[in-house]
Amino acid sequence: MFEAFQFEFMRNALMAGLLASVACGIVGVYVVVKKIVSMSGSIAHASFGGIGLGYFLKFSPVLGAMFFALLSALSMGLAVRKTRLPEDTVTGIIWALGMALGVLFIGLSAGYAPDLMSYLFGNILTVPAGDLYLMLALDVIIVALVIIFYKDFLLLCFDEEYATVAGLPVTGLYLLLLCMIALTVVVLIRVVGMILVIALLTFPAALARQFTHDLKKMMLLSVVFDMLFTFGGLWLSFVLNLASGATIILLSGTVLLISYVVRGLRQKTHLSVAD
Amino acid sequence: MDKEVVRLENISVTYGTHTVLQDINLSVSEHDFLGIIGPNGGGKSTLLKVILGLIRPDSGVVTLFGGSPERNRSKIGYVPQYSTYDHSFPASVREVVMMGRYSRTGLLHNYNRTDRQAVDEVLQKVGMLDNAKSQIGQLSGGQQQRVLIARALASGPELLLLDEPTASVDATMQAEFYELLGHLKEILTIIMVSHDIGAVSVFVDKIACLNQRLFYHGSREITSEVLEATYKCPVQLIAHGDVPHRVLSKH
Repeated sequence: MFEAFQFEFMRNALMAGLLASVACGIVGVYVVVKKIVSMSGSIAHASFGGIGLGYFLKFSPVLGAMFFALLSALSMGLAVRKTRLPEDTVTGIIWALGMALGVLFIGLSAGYAPDLMSYLFGNILTVPAGDLYLMLALDVIIVALVIIFYKDFLLLCFDEEYATVAGLPVTGLYLLLLCMIALTVVVLIRVVGMILVIALLTFPAALARQFTHDLKKMMLLSVVFDMLFTFGGLWLSFVLNLASGATIILLSGTVLLISYVVRGLRQKTHLSVAD
Repeated sequence: MDKEVVRLENISVTYGTHTVLQDINLSVSEHDFLGIIGPNGGGKSTLLKVILGLIRPDSGVVTLFGGSPERNRSKIGYVPQYSTYDHSFPASVREVVMMGRYSRTGLLHNYNRTDRQAVDEVLQKVGMLDNAKSQIGQLSGGQQQRVLIARALASGPELLLLDEPTASVDATMQAEFYELLGHLKEILTIIMVSHDIGAVSVFVDKIACLNQRLFYHGSREITSEVLEATYKCPVQLIAHGDVPHRVLSKH
């Protein structure tokens, strides 16, 4: 295993895992407590339209994904706030339109689309050094926004109605939160792929929630869990010769399910003792 | 003449084809304590949200402290129904009450020592200082209700709006809660809505009955005819002194 780190692609993979965990762990906590898991899934899938556009117009598919993720986050947020359409309807529309555009653009692109599978399902072993700098920049932006607007996001997530009365710019901050999710999606695409982004965004945060009632500690724990799952999954995929993105997700999903079962059993014994 | 705090003129609210509030006129002056009773679904919460500017009426004019609700609602301490937030949310009692200071702090500023002192003070006032570090959802319904009242008071409001504040409070705590309201009404204007007539009759100065339309009395004596008109069913009043105490339906 340790010989593996002599290779540049392995060092890049570890770096990508670290950078992804920071954004994902922090933003994932907001996704879970604000209950916008499906909206985040929609942003992730809609970004496929941008990947397709990148292939079609021959520019970086990652930049295309970022553009589409931000665009879908903003239009979804505005549609939810400014129209009477139900949230899950809007979520479904953006999800499907983005994917459809992606398929269309890729069909229109001349010839073969290299790396397409790595955008869909992730391949942490092929992250180019250039993408690492983009991931680092997005991490810095996300962490800075969370530090600056910590108390504001807390109020937004806890009680929007009260936030409105207290004078919080609810719509603006809500859109900002969705944009942060969009940027996180871009950071994660290379690691687990756009289809599985939503799992890495929610599993570690949901797991962290079981250990603490403090939002800051939840973020820290979630980042740590993200790192453990990413590296653990990467190692397992290396040893067992499996696809890395899927292994990372299956590992984190299994741990989360076990934690729920253990918790359920504990509560049961607790109740029977109380009887 | 006392200063007018809230003025509603010909307010109507409809959701689709369903009329929730119809032709509501109301005037509340400084240091009034108004109790609004009415059946569930009678539009009580909607009325409070109209005053807060959270729901825009289809017709009519809302005046709050002489201006629009949007501009002046930061002077309101709002206590929503306690079930409106996620009880498993990872926030401590202190963090929730600190949110009450937001209207004074605003965007891009952190809470400072004055804010922390104000929060300690109101936590003391509602008897929840010892629970300051607890997660909000671990408290009993009555305790959570006190935390929400503390949050409303933390902003130093001039008007307190209470939405069903006794719904989740047990009998012992209700007595303490009314005692607290008794103190607060000396310094604040209070509007409280409840479906429970016993809850409002003890401390309020004025009672209005709301079921789509508002029947306003200006004093706290209500007759059984008014209650019947409000609840649309026969009710029986058990008088307790000159204040109606309990309602029994005769179905």
